[in-house]
Amino acid sequence: MKKLIKFLKPYTVAVVAVIVFVFAQSISELYLPTLMSDIVDIGIVNGDIKYIIKIGGIMLIVAAGGTIFTILASFLSSRVAAGFGRDLRNQVFSKVESFSIEEFEKIGTSSLITRTTNDITQIQQVVFMILRMMISAPLMCIGGIIMAVSRDAELSLVIVIVIPIIASLIFLIAKKGVPLFKVMQTKIDKLNLILREELTGIRVIRAFNRSEHEKERFNKANLDLTKTASKAFKIMVSLMPLMMLLLNLTTISIIWFGGLRIDSGRMQVGDLMAFIQYVMQIMFSLFMLSMMFVMIPRASVSTNRINQVLEMETNIKDPKQPKKNTGKKGLVEFKNVSFSYPGAERPVLNNLSFCAQSGKVTAIIGGTGSGKSTVINLIPRFYDIDSGSILINGIDIREMSQKELRSKIGFVPQKAVLFSGTIADNIRYGKENATVDEIQHAVDIAQATDFIINMKDGFDYQISQGGTNISGGQKQRLSIARALVRKPEIYLFDDSFSALDFKTDAKLRIALKKEIKDSTVIIVAQRVSTIMDADQILVLDEGEIVGIGKHKELLNTCKVYREIVSSQLSEEELA
Amino acid sequence: MSEKRKQQQNHRMNRSHGGGPRMGMPVEKAKDFKGTLRRLLHYLRPHIFQFVLVFIMAVLSTIFTIASPKIMGLATTELFKGVMMKLQGVPGASINFDYIKMILLVLIVLYVISALFSYIQQFIMADVAQKTVFDMRKEVNDKLARLPLKFFDSHTHGEILSRVTNDIDSVSSTLQQSITQLLTAIITLIGVTIMMLAISPIMTLLGLITLPLSLFVTKFVATRSQQYFIGQQKALGALNGHVEEMYTGHKIIKAFGYEERSIEKFNHINEELYYSGWKAQFISGIIMPLINFINNIGYVFVSVVGGILVTKKSIQIGDIQAFIQYSRQFTQPIVQTANIANVIQGMVASAERVFEILDEIEEIPDEPHGKVIEFPEGEIKFENVQFRYQEDVELIENMNIEVHPGETIAIVGPTGAGKTTLVNLLMRFYEINDGKIEIDGIDIRDMARSDLRSMFGMVLQDTWLFNGTIRDNIAYGREGATEEEIIQAARAAHADHFIRTLPEGYDTILNEEASNISQGQKQLLTIARAILAEPSILILDEATSSVDTRTEAQIQKAMTALMKGRTSFVIAHRLSTIREADLILVMNDGSIIEKGNHDELMAQKGFYADLYNSQFTSKNLV
Repeated sequence: MKKLIKFLKPYTVAVVAVIVFVFAQSISELYLPTLMSDIVDIGIVNGDIKYIIKIGGIMLIVAAGGTIFTILASFLSSRVAAGFGRDLRNQVFSKVESFSIEEFEKIGTSSLITRTTNDITQIQQVVFMILRMMISAPLMCIGGIIMAVSRDAELSLVIVIVIPIIASLIFLIAKKGVPLFKVMQTKIDKLNLILREELTGIRVIRAFNRSEHEKERFNKANLDLTKTASKAFKIMVSLMPLMMLLLNLTTISIIWFGGLRIDSGRMQVGDLMAFIQYVMQIMFSLFMLSMMFVMIPRASVSTNRINQVLEMETNIKDPKQPKKNTGKKGLVEFKNVSFSYPGAERPVLNNLSFCAQSGKVTAIIGGTGSGKSTVINLIPRFYDIDSGSILINGIDIREMSQKELRSKIGFVPQKAVLFSGTIADNIRYGKENATVDEIQHAVDIAQATDFIINMKDGFDYQISQGGTNISGGQKQRLSIARALVRKPEIYLFDDSFSALDFKTDAKLRIALKKEIKDSTVIIVAQRVSTIMDADQILVLDEGEIVGIGKHKELLNTCKVYREIVSSQLSEEELA
Repeated sequence: MSEKRKQQQNHRMNRSHGGGPRMGMPVEKAKDFKGTLRRLLHYLRPHIFQFVLVFIMAVLSTIFTIASPKIMGLATTELFKGVMMKLQGVPGASINFDYIKMILLVLIVLYVISALFSYIQQFIMADVAQKTVFDMRKEVNDKLARLPLKFFDSHTHGEILSRVTNDIDSVSSTLQQSITQLLTAIITLIGVTIMMLAISPIMTLLGLITLPLSLFVTKFVATRSQQYFIGQQKALGALNGHVEEMYTGHKIIKAFGYEERSIEKFNHINEELYYSGWKAQFISGIIMPLINFINNIGYVFVSVVGGILVTKKSIQIGDIQAFIQYSRQFTQPIVQTANIANVIQGMVASAERVFEILDEIEEIPDEPHGKVIEFPEGEIKFENVQFRYQEDVELIENMNIEVHPGETIAIVGPTGAGKTTLVNLLMRFYEINDGKIEIDGIDIRDMARSDLRSMFGMVLQDTWLFNGTIRDNIAYGREGATEEEIIQAARAAHADHFIRTLPEGYDTILNEEASNISQGQKQLLTIARAILAEPSILILDEATSSVDTRTEAQIQKAMTALMKGRTSFVIAHRLSTIREADLILVMNDGSIIEKGNHDELMAQKGFYADLYNSQFTSKNLV
């Protein structure tokens, strides 16, 4: 929690004002019983109706003042809490946007989403509660004690006895209850997991006739959860009646001992009545404080999760003095590159060296885990390599700014990702100020024109979040158009044609051929047919290059390549 | 519609972790409030005895609570009397402590009983609420098992999940808290009014004036805050959407240098959220102080008027004290009731959504005496099959195919051509509209679904594995498979090797997203699972598309061996497989447009020939 308090710094004045207002409000709240006791002890005892009305008037003013202070406090605290939430959200989002793929994988995308949204909302709410309750409760408590002691110090001993009892009671119940609620949460998660698996795997479950098995699993988790929940709630519901009982017993003892003091003339009846009300205030503020103890642990989980994000530093940083481009264009060189994923035991790429030139198509083919996609992911510096160097136009990519590096690259991922917005918007991700002509041209080459024209709004067709309202093949083509519109020096296609049918695939490749004349093209592919006409084919096997050459050469020289080809093409096509 | 639903979901999400709705927040309303409530009560019927008990406890506990201020007032009065007499110098005047002691003892007994009853009541309610929710969850889950695939394909997982978790949770917490609260509030209201009237009708009247005032203020402020809450909800939805999108597409954002614009957009939405957020918070936050103020006005009136009345000797001093306590207790249940009414409305809306699932049309039940094929041959016949996903959109019309045992049928076509439709029909995930499908001469509708499906082995494109060990995941293929059989199947699927390289081997637990093994490895596991099932008919749904070609070559060998003697439906892009198929079904836009073997289809020079030739146009480029 402490670490987040620094986010409250810009609001120091407001927070201080909130404290002042809340204090004024507490005083006015406590002053009312004092005035009432005056009515009893002076007004009633003397039968002075005028005095009673006069005090009544003062009471009204005090009450109104208290209300104004509360509203002011509420005004400021809602602004502070919302501002705090906004600042924190901005910080976290900007931070996450700066993360490299590695950090994303470390925390997980869905977890990052919850951290940026739900967790911050949770904390924001707690901050508001703190400003409204956490501050007022102790003030109320202290104020109440001061008033009580000033009325009758000896009678205040009752409070001294009761407070520890209440505190330990709350502590005891919380100690038994809170762990149970934690267990309950994990059991809820478990139940949700089972249910989610049931939903995603519905076809498999039914195909293998395992519905009964799944039902059993669910029922077991359901029963488990219900048992824990029952237990937890049964403990928690004892808190309220016990607190009330204590409160009432305290009042009774005050009347008894107060009565004795009145009898001996050391106290007045009005004092006693005021005293009872002070004690009520003290008890209620204690109760409110106990609520805070329930809220803070909840928020502290969120806080830790957010701090983890804020404290994480991305490994991939821009150099202090980035080198500018040389005259060359599109030359990609790998020199003895070795790379292993964070936490992996073995490197995925081992001592890799090759060179891809402008105007040439370099294709990469190989088995699962051979590191094909990894090669593509290293060029835009999504990860940093362990040893060796990757050069673009003769400059190590670690010596360029990431912005400059990536502006040279047109990247088409394996799984097409589109964003909500129009088709044109999505293509403009590639080039912010692309003209209509440029967009049209890119779309033409990507073989997407036909289906776009057939959509009811054409280029203004709204793509929904995650691109769920267009097909996989259409998504892939738009993702290609997005890269094309950049007219980059280097194209990276990461198995980008797999969602296309043969016909579109072929047409696209013909159109592409002309377009990418002046660029370097690196393609990762599964289908031999996609790459057999490449200028250079790299055959990867377990992170090492086992063959470089053209299709025909490799057929003769590379065993791995021959194996791949023969699994896809029949004898006559090989010939 | 979907937009609205999304908003609702956002709304619910926010509520579920906000710890109950805040005052002034718009409440979701049920479509059929009465009907749903009645149905919900039906669930509570088995617990009727507990409810009566809860009711009695609540009444008793509340009555005791109500009685105590008045009794306590007696003590104060007695004190005051004694003091006054002393002041007036009445000889021998003293406070009657025996009397006070008796009163206090009575009070202690009342308080203890009241606390005990209140605890018992909540204790029972906790039990009832949890049991009810348990039953509901179980019922919904059982229902899901009886629903046709159509239901799952037309609802998002998030939506179904939210109904089973959030909505049922909302029902549970409302049962737990609000029902007893409502009960107590009503009894308190009645009891307190009676007590107040008994003490002083004039003061009661004064107290009652504050009532409509509180209601008016609540209503006035609440309507004002609604628009900001709606604005906040909207901004929050937009913000969540943006975050989700930017994070899931992080690689693309990086690759295209879109970070700054993304942050800019975020800040913009965030600013909107801030604006409507603090206003909503503030405006709804002033309800309490205002009500408190109104209460305090009442308090002042009671003190002043009460004071005057005491000097006039028409009421006792203790009565003022009691009255102050009563008037505090009076406004509280009213605000509470208004609040609870909202909560209950929300609960009924939640319950309605749960009931909607329970009311979904179920699968046609299995024939009671389903025919069983002891030794399936794998002969399959489609006779005049007609099938449509939507009533008015033609899909498969009048389809006739005949597959002999052991044949391989390739299903080809562009992406999105609806190749999975055939799977849906064969395994009876969907019901055909007309015609019939026979296996070994028996209509598949005359068999129990479980018997039908046990003949099939299926490897789907999306690999589904569950959170458990690799061994359990493979064993899913057949109940009671031995260790030896599992390893055998893994070997046949070329999965044994990679499994053994994992630190925990077959005991490796796949995590929630199964992200601790690669996509290709997942595929191998699903293949092993299908192999273990020993099916007579195979369905391979683009099964190996994300396994690399070399591994695929190995799998292919295993598959070919597996396919031997088994009827196989292969949905594939791979032309080499297709060419060797006994029958090729060419699909486009959901329907089968051509069928025959490779040579026949090439001779037709139709869609297939076109498709086939285009694969090798690349040759012309070389």
